[in-house]
Amino acid sequence: MSSADVRGGAAPGRLPKPRAASAVGFRTLLYKEVLRFWKVSFQTVAAPVLTGVLYLLVFGHVLEAHVEAFPGVSYTAFLIPGLVMMSVLQNAFANSSSSLIQSKITGNLVFVLLAPLANGEFFAAYVIAAVVRGLVVGLGVFAVTVWFAPPALAAPLWALAFALGGAALLGVLGLIAGIVSDKFDQLAAFQNFIIMPATFLSGVFYSVHGLPPFWQMVSHFNPFFYMVDGFRYGFFAQSDVSPWVSLGVVAVALGASSAVALRMLARGYKIRH
Amino acid sequence: MSVAAIEVVDLVKRYTSRAAAVTALDGVSLRIEQGEFFGLLGPNGAGKTTLISIVAGLARASGGRATVLGYDVVSAYRAARLQLGVVPQELVFDPFFSVRETLRIQSGYFGIRDNDAWIDEVMAALDLSNKADANMRTLSGGMKRRVLVAQALVHRPPVIILDEPTAGVDVELRQTLWAFVRRLNREGHTIVLTTHYLEEAQALCGRIAMLKAGRLIALDETRNLLQRLSGLRLALRFRGALPAALDAAVIERADGYAVLRLARVDEVEATLAALRHQGVVLEDLEVGHADLEDVFLQLMAEDRPRIAA
Repeated sequence: MSSADVRGGAAPGRLPKPRAASAVGFRTLLYKEVLRFWKVSFQTVAAPVLTGVLYLLVFGHVLEAHVEAFPGVSYTAFLIPGLVMMSVLQNAFANSSSSLIQSKITGNLVFVLLAPLANGEFFAAYVIAAVVRGLVVGLGVFAVTVWFAPPALAAPLWALAFALGGAALLGVLGLIAGIVSDKFDQLAAFQNFIIMPATFLSGVFYSVHGLPPFWQMVSHFNPFFYMVDGFRYGFFAQSDVSPWVSLGVVAVALGASSAVALRMLARGYKIRH
Repeated sequence: MSVAAIEVVDLVKRYTSRAAAVTALDGVSLRIEQGEFFGLLGPNGAGKTTLISIVAGLARASGGRATVLGYDVVSAYRAARLQLGVVPQELVFDPFFSVRETLRIQSGYFGIRDNDAWIDEVMAALDLSNKADANMRTLSGGMKRRVLVAQALVHRPPVIILDEPTAGVDVELRQTLWAFVRRLNREGHTIVLTTHYLEEAQALCGRIAMLKAGRLIALDETRNLLQRLSGLRLALRFRGALPAALDAAVIERADGYAVLRLARVDEVEATLAALRHQGVVLEDLEVGHADLEDVFLQLMAEDRPRIAA
C-alpha cells in the first residue's frame, strides 16, 4: 500500500491540467521588463534625456564656432545624432544589466528561473526590453535636442538600423555583465571602465578624421565607433567609414555577443548553480 | 506502479571552489507518490534545499536524475516546471509591483493570461485580498510569505514544494497556511514540505525522508518512524544519584530533569525498581511517547540508514 493510499489523498486525475507553455511566458517576461523601467521612468528615461540636453548645451555652445566635423554641417547638428546614439547605447546596457543584477541580488530572479521559459525566451525578453528603453530614451533626447539644429535625416532607414542594432548589442552586453557580476560594484566596473570610455571615444563629440593617425587606428577597433558613425550616416549621408562596413561590424559583434550570452544561459553560469 | 510525483535517482551535487570541494548530495534516491504529504527533514546543510533546487531546475545535478510526474527536469524542463510550484525559503519579492501584478506576472510566466478568478481565490484563501493593490515593499514579512505561497499556486501545480514556509512567521499565518495546504492535499495535490518545526512535520506528513550530510538516512511512513525508533520518554526529577546502569538510556538533562528513552513500557517498572534499590527519592515523573524530535535526534546520532522497503 502506498502512503498516498494511507493518507487518503484524492485521485490526482481530478487536478486541472496546466496549460502548455506558449509565447505568453515570453511576452509576460518582456512586459515585466518594460513595466519595470517604465514604473521608474523619472530615473530611467527623464534623467538621461536631461543629461543629453546638458551635453548639447555645454559642448554645442563651446565648440560650435570652432569645429566643423563634416563639410556643411554645424557642430550642434553633428552632435545631436551622436548624443542620441550615446543615450540609446548606454540606456540599453543599463536596462538589461541593472534589471538582472537587481533580480540576482534581491533573489527575485527565482520567479523567472522556476518558470517554463527557454533560454532563448529569457535572452530575447531582456534584450528586447533593453532595445525598447534605449529607443525611448533616444527618441526623448532627439525630441528635445532637435530644436537646436534640425538635422536632415537623409537616410532614416540607416539610422533606424543602427539604433536597433546598437541597442540590441548593448542589451546583450548588459545581459552578459549582469550574468557575470555578483555585486553592484562589479557591474559599475563594467559600466565605468568599458562602456563609458568606449562610448566617449566612439566619435560622439568629434569626427575621428580629426584625430592623429594612431588614434584613428585605435578608434577602428572600437565597435561603438561604427554604431555612432553608421547612425550619423542616417542623418547626413556622410560618415567616417562606409555604413555597410559599420553594419557588418555591428552584426558580427551582435552575433558573437549573443552566442556568448546564450552559452552562459545554457550552462546556467552564475544563475543556475 | 503509477508515475511518481517526484523521483530522484542517485542524485549527486558537488560544489567546487578554489578553497574546497563540497558534496551537498551524495547519491540520494527517493520516490514521492502522487497525493502524498511528504516531509523532507534534516539539519542545516543536510542537502534539503539543494535537492529541491535540482528538482525545480534552480541548480544542476552533478550526477543522477530527477523527474516531476515523469518529466525529466533537464530534458523535459518545460513540462516538469509546469507541474511544479515552489515556495522558496528566502523571503524574496519584486519591489516594482503590487500583489496582484506580481501574481498576474507569475501566471503569465506559466502561460496563463486571464487568471484573475483563481488569483482572487488564492488571495482570499491566504487572507491577502485587502492587500491586492499594495506594493510588495509595503507588506510585512508574514504578508510577503503569503504572496510567495500564492505565487507558487497561480498555475495550479499538481506538485507543490514548500521550503521552510513557516520559518519566522506568526501562529495565525501558520494556521492559515496549513489549513490551505491541507485542503490542496485533500484535492489531490502532492505536497513536499521541508521544515525545522518537527511537530509540524509529525502532524502533517504521511511519509518522511531525513537527510544528513547529503545522504538519505531515513525514509518511511511517519508512524513507522515513530514506532520503530522512539519507544517511550521517561522524564524524572529526583534526589540522589542516578544508577550507572541507567546512564546509557539518558538522552537529555534539562531543568532538573533527566530524560530517559525506553524501548518498551515494561522497562518503566524496571527503571523505577533500580532507582528504589539505590535509594533515589523521586520528586516528579512524566511518561510519554517520544516525538519526531526524538527520532530525529536519534537518527542524526546514528550512522546506519533506515530506509523502508
